[in-house]
Amino acid sequence: MRRLSRLDIKYSPYLYIAPFFIVFGIFGLWPLIYTLIMSMYDWDLGSKLNEATFVGFDNFARFLGDDDFWNAVLNTVMMFLLSTVPQLLLALVLANALNKKIRARTFFRMGVLVPNITSVAAVSIVFTQLYSRDFGLINWILGLVGIGPIEWQAQAWTSWIAVATMVDWRWIGYNALIYLAAMQSIPKDVYESASIDGASQSRQFWTLTVPMLRPTIIFTVIISTIGGLQLYGEPLLFAGGGNPLLGGSDRQFQTVTMFLMEQFYMDFELGQAATVAWLLFLLILIFSVINFFFTSRLQNDRPAKRKKVASR
Amino acid sequence: MKRGLGAAERMWRASPLTFFTLIGGLLLSIFPLYYMIVVATRNNDSVNKIPPPMIPGGELGSNVDRLLANESANFMTGLINSAVVATGVTISVVFFSSLAGFAFAKLRFKGRNGFMLAILVTMMVPAQLGLVPLYQMMFEWGLHNTLWSVMLPFLVSGFGVFMMRQYASQAVPDELIEAARVDGCGTFRIYWSVVLPALRPAVAVLGLFTFMDQWNSFLWPQIALGDPENPTVQLSLQRLSQGYYNDYAQVFAGTTLSVLPLLVIFILFGRQIIGGIMEGAVKA
Repeated sequence: MRRLSRLDIKYSPYLYIAPFFIVFGIFGLWPLIYTLIMSMYDWDLGSKLNEATFVGFDNFARFLGDDDFWNAVLNTVMMFLLSTVPQLLLALVLANALNKKIRARTFFRMGVLVPNITSVAAVSIVFTQLYSRDFGLINWILGLVGIGPIEWQAQAWTSWIAVATMVDWRWIGYNALIYLAAMQSIPKDVYESASIDGASQSRQFWTLTVPMLRPTIIFTVIISTIGGLQLYGEPLLFAGGGNPLLGGSDRQFQTVTMFLMEQFYMDFELGQAATVAWLLFLLILIFSVINFFFTSRLQNDRPAKRKKVASR
Repeated sequence: MKRGLGAAERMWRASPLTFFTLIGGLLLSIFPLYYMIVVATRNNDSVNKIPPPMIPGGELGSNVDRLLANESANFMTGLINSAVVATGVTISVVFFSSLAGFAFAKLRFKGRNGFMLAILVTMMVPAQLGLVPLYQMMFEWGLHNTLWSVMLPFLVSGFGVFMMRQYASQAVPDELIEAARVDGCGTFRIYWSVVLPALRPAVAVLGLFTFMDQWNSFLWPQIALGDPENPTVQLSLQRLSQGYYNDYAQVFAGTTLSVLPLLVIFILFGRQIIGGIMEGAVKA
């Protein structure tokens, strides 16, 4: 009995953490290694490793010289920028309003979070109808002020904007709640001394609140980078019928993930799809590093700005 | 000093601009969903009108009838499949995360920090990277087009383990575990009757997040379930929107029904969900 309980104390921790490592090993780590192997083969859908031809880095070389691939990179980056920058700015503004003394707090918080529980598919379908050329609400409103009608899918810029609004609608409230949480942990006396110094409210927002939120802003920027560069469902459903994976007649809104799925679903080339997956991973890595340095460089301004306010 | 405090007080008072921002944000957040319900309850002719309809009608029943009779969408199968997948994955993630989180927070073993670090590293890897080989694995094992292929890769979650570890280390006092040991409880018994009840708030939040994520998941199910006869609800929606693009009333009835379960959960547990997001943000 005592021996049993010694065994229990010694080995059960390993037993409890084992499921994670077993499942992740099979369905997370192994596919990661396998992607690298696959990317070096000419591998058709439905065949096995021994039936595929080894091609080394040919797949990588092929895509780095492929206009369609770079077009997908451009579209992805543009939609990422067009969605992330307004998204985080508006989230900050919204969080600032939610942070005031207001009635029905929970109601407002829930209200702005509702978009986030709506699925990408539902959001995209509804917005695509709102953007439809002839009977869409958005063209109707624009028509009232004499613009349009715009065929949103027809050009790169208009489709980027339309897709970006879908992403923004879904994520502004979520990010606002994250900023709100960080705002509430800022000590109030910081604002008291700034008020004594006569700093206006908007000045306090930009020179006190925003700098204090920098760690949280870095966090949301990195999360948005990882999510935004994998953009897929919104542009796919925005494309409607035909060959939606191509993202429009001239690939004007095909993202990298759609390009990946094109290799997979339309060309049945698993090796090439795996190669695009690696290139996408590199893209995410590069942008995460750039964004990290960009946002942490801003962080260094913090003490200087605070001093300026204090010395007034 | 008094004047300063007054100014600081003013800082937190809601100005007209505050209300403008809040009301505007609220209306923009809710309007697309409201419009979805309007279209879902009208007949299709009234949708293709200028100006677009703004008030709900009484046609929901007939739109849903057309939706359920639509053979290319398999909407009912989609709803059931999504419920099975989301429930199965949620139970699994909550169970394995709380078990591992308890081990990391409260049990002593060699390599504990190293294993925890490994789990944190796994959270950095984007899911897209492994999709193609995952499909190949499911294909070779004959699991593609089954719900197993949708669920298996998500049965554990690094985020879940991390969250449970954080919560368990502050919510479960060591003395409680010691006392249970003295009473002769085995480790699993301690987990089941002492730790798990104490973790209940965190379990609720993790469970809600997992369920919503799985219900809304799109890319992997699309790859894993190529067979249109056996979709999840999100894949049904995609087929609906592509096949019958002109029958908006039917398509919107579908999106409304697909959002409804999460909307109910959100209305019931919104406070916990908001708490979970905000607490997570402070820790990060």
